[in-house]
Amino acid sequence: MTSRLTRRQRRRVSQGVQYAVFAAAVAAVAVLADWERLRNQFAQRDLARELFPEIITTALRNTVVYTVSGFAFGLALGLVIALMRLSSVAPYRWVAGVYIEFFRGLPALLIFIFVGVAVPLAFPGTEIPGGTYGKVALGLGLVAAAYMAETIRAGIQAVPRGQMEAARSLGFSHARAMVSVVIPQALRIVIPPLTNELVLLFKDSSLVLFLGVTLEERELTKFGRDLASQTANSTPILVAGLCYLLVTVPLGFLVRRLEARTGRAG
Amino acid sequence: MDAGGRAEIEVRGLRKAFGDHEVLRGIDLEVARGEVVCVIGPSGSGKSTLLRCVNLLEEPTAGRVFVGGTEVTDPDVDIDAVRRRIGMVFQQFNLFPHVTVEENLTLPQRRVLGRDGEAAARVARENLERVGLLEKAAAYPAKLSGGQQQRVAIARALAMDPEVMLFDEPTSALDPELVGDVLAVMRGLAGDGMTMMVVTHEMSFAREVADRVVFMDGGRIVEEGPAEQVVGAPRQARTRDFLTRVLDPAAAAPPGPESAADRADRAP
Repeated sequence: MTSRLTRRQRRRVSQGVQYAVFAAAVAAVAVLADWERLRNQFAQRDLARELFPEIITTALRNTVVYTVSGFAFGLALGLVIALMRLSSVAPYRWVAGVYIEFFRGLPALLIFIFVGVAVPLAFPGTEIPGGTYGKVALGLGLVAAAYMAETIRAGIQAVPRGQMEAARSLGFSHARAMVSVVIPQALRIVIPPLTNELVLLFKDSSLVLFLGVTLEERELTKFGRDLASQTANSTPILVAGLCYLLVTVPLGFLVRRLEARTGRAG
Repeated sequence: MDAGGRAEIEVRGLRKAFGDHEVLRGIDLEVARGEVVCVIGPSGSGKSTLLRCVNLLEEPTAGRVFVGGTEVTDPDVDIDAVRRRIGMVFQQFNLFPHVTVEENLTLPQRRVLGRDGEAAARVARENLERVGLLEKAAAYPAKLSGGQQQRVAIARALAMDPEVMLFDEPTSALDPELVGDVLAVMRGLAGDGMTMMVVTHEMSFAREVADRVVFMDGGRIVEEGPAEQVVGAPRQARTRDFLTRVLDPAAAAPPGPESAADRADRAP
C-alpha cells in the first residue's frame, strides 16, 4: 500500500514524533525525579562554599600535577616504545608489541595496585622517587605509554617516505633524520589524538584514590569522596565533578579545533 | 687509483631486483667531472632506480658504484659522509614542511656539516639568491608554488657544497608553466661546471644542456652518445619509437597488445 502523504508531510510527521518523544522524556524526568531530595543531597550551597578554595588549590591542582607528570612520563616512554616497534631489530619489536598488548589489555586500576604494592616488594629498599607523585606518574604513564606508542607509531608512518629519503640524501644518519625531520612532523600529526589521551589521563588520575595518600596529596575524586563522607552529603562529589568538566570540556573543544585544522592542512 | 683522471661517477655491472622483478640488468656508465648526463627512457625502464643506486637510496643487488673515487657500494663505507658530496633533487621536492625555507637550508648544514648558525645562514642566503628566491626565506614551503619548492630543494642540496648533483625527474610533478624556471636554474648550474646526472622527460633540455644522453629501456642502456645524436638522430629502433611518443604523442602508432609501458605499470 502506498502512503498518501507527500514527502514533505512525511518529513514533518517524522520530526514531530521525534520532538514529542524528547519532550516526553524530559517531562518524565522532571516530574518523576525527587528534586528536593536530590538538591539536599547534592547541591547544598553552604557546603559547596566551604569546599573553596581548597578544592581548587589542593585537589584540582594535584589532579593537574598528576595528569601532567603521568602524561610527560607516558609521552617519553611511548615515543621510545613506538621507535622500538618500528625498529629493524626483531626483539625490540617483540618487546614493544608485548608491552602495548599487556598494558592496553589491563584495567588501569590493576596497574596502580601493582605499582603501589609489587614495585616496593620486587625492589626492596628502593623508593619510587617523588613519593606519591612518582607512583602516580609511573602508574598513569605506564598505561598512557601503551596507547601513545600506537598513536605515535601511526604518526611516524604517516610522514611521507620522501622526508626520510631527502634527509638521508643530505647526509643525515637514520637517527638524526628521525630526530630532526621525521619525529617533529609526526608529533604535529598526533597532537589531536594525544590531547584526547590527556583528557583520558585527567580522568584516570582519580585512581589515586586507591593509593594511600596524605591530605595534601588528595586529588579531586579522593577529596570529594572524603568530604562527602565527613559531611554525610554528596555536594562535594558534584563540585568535584564540575571541576573535572571545567578542564575536560575546554580540552575536548580544543581537540576538535586541532582536528579541524589538521584536516584542512592535510 | 688516481683520482684525477677518474670519472666522477662510475657504475660497473649494476643490477637491482625487487623480489623477482629485475629493474636493472647490468648497467655500466661513467660520468666525467663537469659533465651533464641526461638519462631518458620509458617509465619502468629503471632510470630512477639507477639514479637512486648512485647515492645508495636503493641497495644494488650486484655491481659497484663509485663517486669521486669512493666506492659507495662498499659495505664498510661511511655512507653519510659519501652522501654529503652528492646532492639529490626529487620529483616530489621533499622539502621539510615543518620549518621555513631558510631553515630547510640551514638545518642540514648545521646538523650534518656542523656549521654554526651564522655561517649556515650566510650559505643559505647565497644559494636562495642563486635560485632567485631570497625573498621567500621566511616563508613555509606550503606557501610556495611547485616550481619555487623545487628551486628551494635545489638550493638546499647546493648549500651542502656537493661535488655531484642527481636530479630525479625534477620537473615531472610541475605544472607546465612552472617548468621553465626550474630548468633555467639547472641550466645555470650546468654552466657553472657542476657534474650532473639528470633523469628527465624534457627532451629539449636534454638536447640543449646535456653533454651526453643515455637511453634506457628494460633495465639496460640501449643507446648513449652526444645529445644531438641520441635525441636528434637515434640509431636504435627502440630509441626512435620512444622519442616519437614523447615528442609527438598524438602521432605515435597505437600500442601493440602489450607495450613496455603497460608491463611497467603492472610491475610492483
